[in-house]
Amino acid sequence: MKKSENTSRVKNRTSNREFTVVTYSFLILYAALAIYFCYFIGIKSEDFINHAANPRLSVMSKHTVRGDILSSDGKVLATSKIKDSGNEVRVYPEGRKYAHAVGFSVNGMSGAEADANFYLLRSHAFFVERIQNDILEKKNQGDNVYLTLDSQLQDVAYNGLGNYRGAVFAMEPSTGKILAMVSKPDFDPGNVSKDWESLTEDSDTAALLNRCTQGLYPPGSTFKIITALAYLRDHGDEKTDFDCEGSYNSGGYTIHCYGNSVHGKIDFPMAFAKSCNTTFAKVGLSLGKGDLKNSAEDLFFNKSLPSDLSHVKKSSFSMKNNADDALVMQTAIGQGDTLVTPYHMALIASAICKDGQIMTPYYLDRIENNTGTLVRSFHGRSGGEMLISKNEAKKLRKYMRKVVTEGTGSIMNVSKYKAYGKTGTAEYTSDKNKTHSWFVGFAKKGKKEIAIAVVMEGAGAGSSFALPLAKNVFDKYYE
Amino acid sequence: MTHIITSISRFTLIILIALYTYECFAALRRNLSEDESRGAIAAQATYIYLFILNANAVLYLNMEDVRVLALGGCEILLVTLCRILYNKLYTNANPTVTNNLCMLLSIGLVMLERLDMGVAIKQIVFATAALVITVFVPMMIEKLEFLSSLSYLYALVGIMLLAAVLVMGKVVYGAKLNLKLGPVTLQPSEFVKLLFVFFISSSLYKKTDRKSIFITSLIAAVHVLILVASKDLGSAMIFFVTYLFMIYVATRKMSYLGLGLGFGVVACIAGYTLFSHVRVRVLAWQDPLSVVNDAGYQVSRSLFAIGSGGWFGSGLCEGMPEKIPVVSTDFIFAAISEEMGGIFALCLIFICMSCLIMFFNISLQIREQFYKLIALGLSVCYGIQVFTTIGGVTKFIPSTGVTLPLVSYGGSSIVSTMFLFAVIQGLYKRGKRELEDEEE
Repeated sequence: MKKSENTSRVKNRTSNREFTVVTYSFLILYAALAIYFCYFIGIKSEDFINHAANPRLSVMSKHTVRGDILSSDGKVLATSKIKDSGNEVRVYPEGRKYAHAVGFSVNGMSGAEADANFYLLRSHAFFVERIQNDILEKKNQGDNVYLTLDSQLQDVAYNGLGNYRGAVFAMEPSTGKILAMVSKPDFDPGNVSKDWESLTEDSDTAALLNRCTQGLYPPGSTFKIITALAYLRDHGDEKTDFDCEGSYNSGGYTIHCYGNSVHGKIDFPMAFAKSCNTTFAKVGLSLGKGDLKNSAEDLFFNKSLPSDLSHVKKSSFSMKNNADDALVMQTAIGQGDTLVTPYHMALIASAICKDGQIMTPYYLDRIENNTGTLVRSFHGRSGGEMLISKNEAKKLRKYMRKVVTEGTGSIMNVSKYKAYGKTGTAEYTSDKNKTHSWFVGFAKKGKKEIAIAVVMEGAGAGSSFALPLAKNVFDKYYE
Repeated sequence: MTHIITSISRFTLIILIALYTYECFAALRRNLSEDESRGAIAAQATYIYLFILNANAVLYLNMEDVRVLALGGCEILLVTLCRILYNKLYTNANPTVTNNLCMLLSIGLVMLERLDMGVAIKQIVFATAALVITVFVPMMIEKLEFLSSLSYLYALVGIMLLAAVLVMGKVVYGAKLNLKLGPVTLQPSEFVKLLFVFFISSSLYKKTDRKSIFITSLIAAVHVLILVASKDLGSAMIFFVTYLFMIYVATRKMSYLGLGLGFGVVACIAGYTLFSHVRVRVLAWQDPLSVVNDAGYQVSRSLFAIGSGGWFGSGLCEGMPEKIPVVSTDFIFAAISEEMGGIFALCLIFICMSCLIMFFNISLQIREQFYKLIALGLSVCYGIQVFTTIGGVTKFIPSTGVTLPLVSYGGSSIVSTMFLFAVIQGLYKRGKRELEDEEE
């Protein structure tokens, strides 16, 4: 009896191999679904929760007092005050200085107020306190959000821009932490709803625009970094000497060196350091068709940039392969139709500093509850790789170092840190006397690194305005 | 006070469903003594009742609507009725399947009460009617011997119904799903699914030579193509997968499964390149936030809800599930996850999974090929439907708009699913009887 049962079982099992296959197919499907669901709730869901189109956040403010926003060193940048009437108002103690970084939370949202909206409205207060509040129908205190911004660097950058329009964007290449982010013209975040009409109607000022991430500027000579990369790839050797007579004519168009300088016999690294337009115009013409575009796209031109910030614009490089000599020469020295964001230029500097690796820039550092207990901290994550080899990055570093030691950036040649960079003076209208002042570069001392992009609209030469500002930021950073 | 009870209930409801889910898997173990298994089933029933009581208490406190109390009472009656009918009328019925039926119905009803009281009332009427109709099904499965000889009739009726939808159907969210007959709106594909399984079983249970496979495949393809033409891609997928696994089990040839899967992949690629509405769905799946107010509207609203609810949920009546489109039918899983929590929703997935494993076990035990194929086909049908709807709502796969059996609102869906469960119960009885006959 027992034996027959056994054999029938065995028979049953072999003849039901198909059922095993079907059952396991479904088990795998369901297990994958369950794992994915956990992954979504645990990790991926934040992109969705925090999205502006999610209506749930507005309801959370009924139960929660919006938390504070602070700089990395603990300066309060935004806080909620309860008025006698019981209404909650948002106060910005640092005012305009952090207008774009911290943003506002009325008439829509921007900056950290928008990006950290969910965290600010979530309370991790002690649970007994929360139950008490529930019973008394009082609001819970929302969590506080610390930014990566350093208030001292932000001060230097903000004051450095003075009355000029422009942008300063500084970050840590090894982590992606944003250290300073200033854009001018600015606005008073506490009065946004009162000033709303003038803020939105004045398209010339465009004060609400964060010029770091959305300002599209002609790069001027800072673009020579990209031209140099293309040159390295085409020629490899840097021993060729160029002859600079102060200007160069091709196809009926003449390129002049800045300030009518004549550099004479000059090799490529020195031409880079001195920002010799004549040499770079020749270099531009000598490059193979499409080479400059390829190098630019390897450095993320025409591509979405990695970012935790919303609304980062793409830089554009649009020169066609059949462009005439005039446009080729202009493009090679950063004029032409090329447009960049300061954000992108700082990322390029970071990439050169880190052999092509870039970290996604981020500015939300950590979340703490109302008593200072850490709720969550954010970490840098890779933003991909700009396609430059270690050797190319090393050569570009050499050139950018030469700018500081022997070229246009000599005021930055200090002993406290080792600076690298490129100045730029970008024409933006047909009036050659009106120029944006640019500096793009980085500094290091041991493992402490900082990358920066500075643009000052209509200020003049890069070496006279943007460069000293960047130097002040570096000085403060290595103080 | 209401807020506190709601908050505490977030956890008690999760604990109840977690215990229930545990018992589901415990019941799947092979060597369970009679006492143990009876204990597990009683425990499950207790959890169901507690769930209904707890959830309705929270709903009543929040909504202050006496209809909640009435509906809660009706739910308890329905569950009791269902358990009595199956467990007492059919001493041989599988009590875990009955319990799962009750649990899934209750979860759906609670959520529907929260979303729209009118809809919940209709749903409980449908469920009761379906219960009364389908309670005779197990008996019919046991007694009616001619079921296996109707092969082409099943297909004919099925194809005619689907074709009628294609020709006269009402367009809902870009797809033709419904047929309006006077005051009643039917979703025929829900019933044709069952006919489809009966058709394949009856045409393949005797012989599986090339010719019969070919003819069966041809007729199955007609079903699928009509559904594709109606843009009812979810149903098309359910039919196709059901067909595929049934052919595989009937022929025992792995090559058919491989061939079918390969064909399915080619068909998907062809669909993607040929039809813009397929590409739109795929785009909405890849990055719903990039088309957040457009093609990605539904999926992103669903994910806002699931994400905001988190692991423990917002608590009943504390979330905003009304912001999810078609929430009472296709997207009910998102509403459940938002208000009752991700853990609750996860348990729901596991309950469906345990139910499916139970179904497969039942089909495994049947000896007669015809009934074996039916049980398998219906199981696959159920399994793939649950997967398609939950996968779509959570963005695991592109969303195709099918209902979550027993949980989603919809008369056709609930009647056809209860029919499916009843058939499985009938087959379970049949399988048991076969076993007893053998032992004697």
